[in-house]
Amino acid sequence: MTAPLLETLALCRSFGALTAARDIDFRLEAGARHALIGPNGAGKTTFINLLTGVIAPTSGAILLKGRNITSVGQAQRVKLGIARTFQINRLFRRLSVLENVYLAVAERVGAAPAMLQPAGTRRDVIEESMRLLDTLKLAPHASRRVWELPYGRQRLVELAIALGLKPEVLLLDEPAAGVPSAESHIILDAIDTVPRDIGVLIIDHDMDLVFRFAERITVLVSGAVFATGSPREIGADPNVRAVYLGQAARG
Amino acid sequence: MIFGVDVASMLLGGVAAGMVLFIVSVGLSVTMGLMGFVNLAHGGFAMLGGYVIALTMKYWGLGFVPALLVGFVAIAALSAVLERLLYSRLYRAAELDQVLFTIGLVLMMIASVTVLVGPENQPLALPAFLRGQINLGIVQYRTYSVALIVVGILIVTGLWLAFDRTRTGAQIRAAVDNRRMAESLGINIGRLFTLTFAFGSGMAALGGGLGAEFLGLDPQYALKYLVYFLIVVAVGGLGRVTGVFYAALLIGVLDFTLKKYLPQGGTAFIYALTILLLLWRPHGLFGAKTT
Amino acid sequence: MTPTESPWADHPAAVALAGRHRLRAWEPIPWILALAFYFVFPKYLGFGTELLITILFAVSLDLVLGYAGIVTLGQAAFFGAGAYTVGILAKRGIWNEPITGLVLAAAVAAAIGLGSGLVLLRTGGLTLLMLTLCTMALLEEAANLAHDYTGGFDGLDSLPIAPLLGRFEFNPLYPTTQYLYVLAVLFVCFVFVRTLVYSPFGQSLTGIRENTLRMHAVGAPVRGRLVLCYALSAAIAGVAGGIWAQANAYVNLGTLGLDRAATVLIILVLGGYGRLYGAFVGAIAYMALSHFLSKLYPTAWQLGLGLLLVVIALFARNGILGIAELGVRWLRRPRPMP
Repeated sequence: MTAPLLETLALCRSFGALTAARDIDFRLEAGARHALIGPNGAGKTTFINLLTGVIAPTSGAILLKGRNITSVGQAQRVKLGIARTFQINRLFRRLSVLENVYLAVAERVGAAPAMLQPAGTRRDVIEESMRLLDTLKLAPHASRRVWELPYGRQRLVELAIALGLKPEVLLLDEPAAGVPSAESHIILDAIDTVPRDIGVLIIDHDMDLVFRFAERITVLVSGAVFATGSPREIGADPNVRAVYLGQAARG
Repeated sequence: MIFGVDVASMLLGGVAAGMVLFIVSVGLSVTMGLMGFVNLAHGGFAMLGGYVIALTMKYWGLGFVPALLVGFVAIAALSAVLERLLYSRLYRAAELDQVLFTIGLVLMMIASVTVLVGPENQPLALPAFLRGQINLGIVQYRTYSVALIVVGILIVTGLWLAFDRTRTGAQIRAAVDNRRMAESLGINIGRLFTLTFAFGSGMAALGGGLGAEFLGLDPQYALKYLVYFLIVVAVGGLGRVTGVFYAALLIGVLDFTLKKYLPQGGTAFIYALTILLLLWRPHGLFGAKTT
Repeated sequence: MTPTESPWADHPAAVALAGRHRLRAWEPIPWILALAFYFVFPKYLGFGTELLITILFAVSLDLVLGYAGIVTLGQAAFFGAGAYTVGILAKRGIWNEPITGLVLAAAVAAAIGLGSGLVLLRTGGLTLLMLTLCTMALLEEAANLAHDYTGGFDGLDSLPIAPLLGRFEFNPLYPTTQYLYVLAVLFVCFVFVRTLVYSPFGQSLTGIRENTLRMHAVGAPVRGRLVLCYALSAAIAGVAGGIWAQANAYVNLGTLGLDRAATVLIILVLGGYGRLYGAFVGAIAYMALSHFLSKLYPTAWQLGLGLLLVVIALFARNGILGIAELGVRWLRRPRPMP
């Protein structure tokens, strides 16, 4: 059996007495549409931070296409094909939409370290950035500064930057978070345009989004994998519902 | 025996100097740790406090201790006003803006005092009971230095108890560790900031007055010793009272000893040591960061 | 053959980005003015030389502070390193050719910048500020201690600098050679910095300044870029220091002091950082004011400067150029149709 695209083996992370990740075994296949759900504080964002190298695990391993990347740094993991979006936008707000994506694409193609030629002469980078913006229907807004855009569109720029890195693994941390419900369909439509061969992992609370998008769902509770299965299996699982309803009743 | 006496008096001198550093710097450490604000004007508050103390003693005939109180209250009040009116506008500003603002403020303080009082050193007459020497058994030492050490220990103990046992202390510690969480617990951050800032500046004023005998008192005081205060705070750790205490003692003893035995390279040594310490522990010897 | 027209070439965003580096109509003006100054004010060339050197120094700070976002109070460390390199080599009779002297000054300053940058840029915030301050102070103390080489507190004077290109002498009483020499060096260095700022490297520095976490997340080697930028900025500051020593035939501890570092920071902020020409505007404004006021009314100057800083920090953080930009934007605002 070929190695999965991304895999974690008994991944653990503690902050002092607090265990944020507990023995997580996880597999993401190429071309997957996988969702990670769970109550608040379950450790979902921590998991993404572990996968991208923002924090190091206390124990366990992370494998990308069979290669152990547990001690590989964040920037290097991006070069190896892992890209992510953040739950709260991390954009270059004072730069234009095009410049935002340009930065990401320039890094990927190795244009960024050039010191003696103007950025504008890299027509190939500009071209590719504009094409990417067009697939996300952002081309009309390419000249505008990011801070001028409505929040939903800014979220799309966040996605565009990640796609500009031509990743093999795409990790989306609550892509619709903070987007007014009137605009959230923009996000869903954009996610549908993601190339089919990329393995996508989405964290979200919006069950409509999750069940519309996911082919596989993992439930995380208190840092540990609670259940994994197809949407139908998870939807029908009484334990999962109890965990969620229990939270709802309390909170 | 002679050697032992030398060491003892060296230590006492350094510790006394360290106490002054501590009293001035503790306010800076807490406000920087609490408010995340780089206040380069802190030395200015110490200088102004020193002047208030010296001048009320000279022109109003106040005793030393009442003058210290007046200095504390006056500078605390002034800094509270400045905090509400000006500092609070820059809490979310970039670090560069905070640096520029506080440098500008301290320049204005220096210029004002130069115009109003004059650029010369301002003498501060110590009260009779603090002059002369006191017999400590092993060694005879300046009463004043011994008094400084006693006062310093009292202050650090008092502060430690206040932080540990009172509710305001607990609130400050919580806010230093995690401001957002403290806010969501209903702690009134704005009021806490003003209170802490006023108290810290008042302490600086006390230090300015108490230390005038050692460090002198002229308008340039505000900038002359700023680097030392910053070093003590950076090495001790932001918001750590005990950390600042130990750092101040360390710097005080080192500086005092080096001035005696290595007058040429002493300052260079302290800078080098600070660099090494900060590289080893970027958050200070006692500052902790868990994430 | 690649297609000659791509569908996006005419899009306003692409056009803007592609043409960002093009020379704007007013850009030659400062240089024309500087050249005119030479002919119109021959008696003020000493002041003019000092002004140009200050601009060069401020440009070096703009690279590291305005574009990379590194807040440093220790830029004078590199200025002094360059100055002392030229001074010690000349005084000891080892080397006194001016142009290569500048190259050496830049190299020494860059080496110090590279070394300290590698170590210091692991930290940030207050710690970094403190470390830059302490590094500069340490260098100053070291220069003081090594007084056999550096002349200690008095410094080194009457530096025997060889004539420029073998022909043009540096005469302290008639600084004609100095002025044109400094102007030429400033021009070369400025062209370099301008190219750097508009390059993809410069663009990535802006990204690091605007959102460091995001730059990590797009795979940029953030610390490497910052260290490189720091070293380049140190090199240019070293050139400024070296040329200062050559023009004045003199070097002292003041080249390494907090006063010089703080002044250049104030100048850059006054003019407007992150805007390349802020250094020009700030230096002219500051030096004009200080030339007249600081000697006549030193305390009033200090008070005024302090007030200016407070006002800038509170209301005009982007300096004079920032205010000018607001003015231009207000003038260009869309008017309601009649």
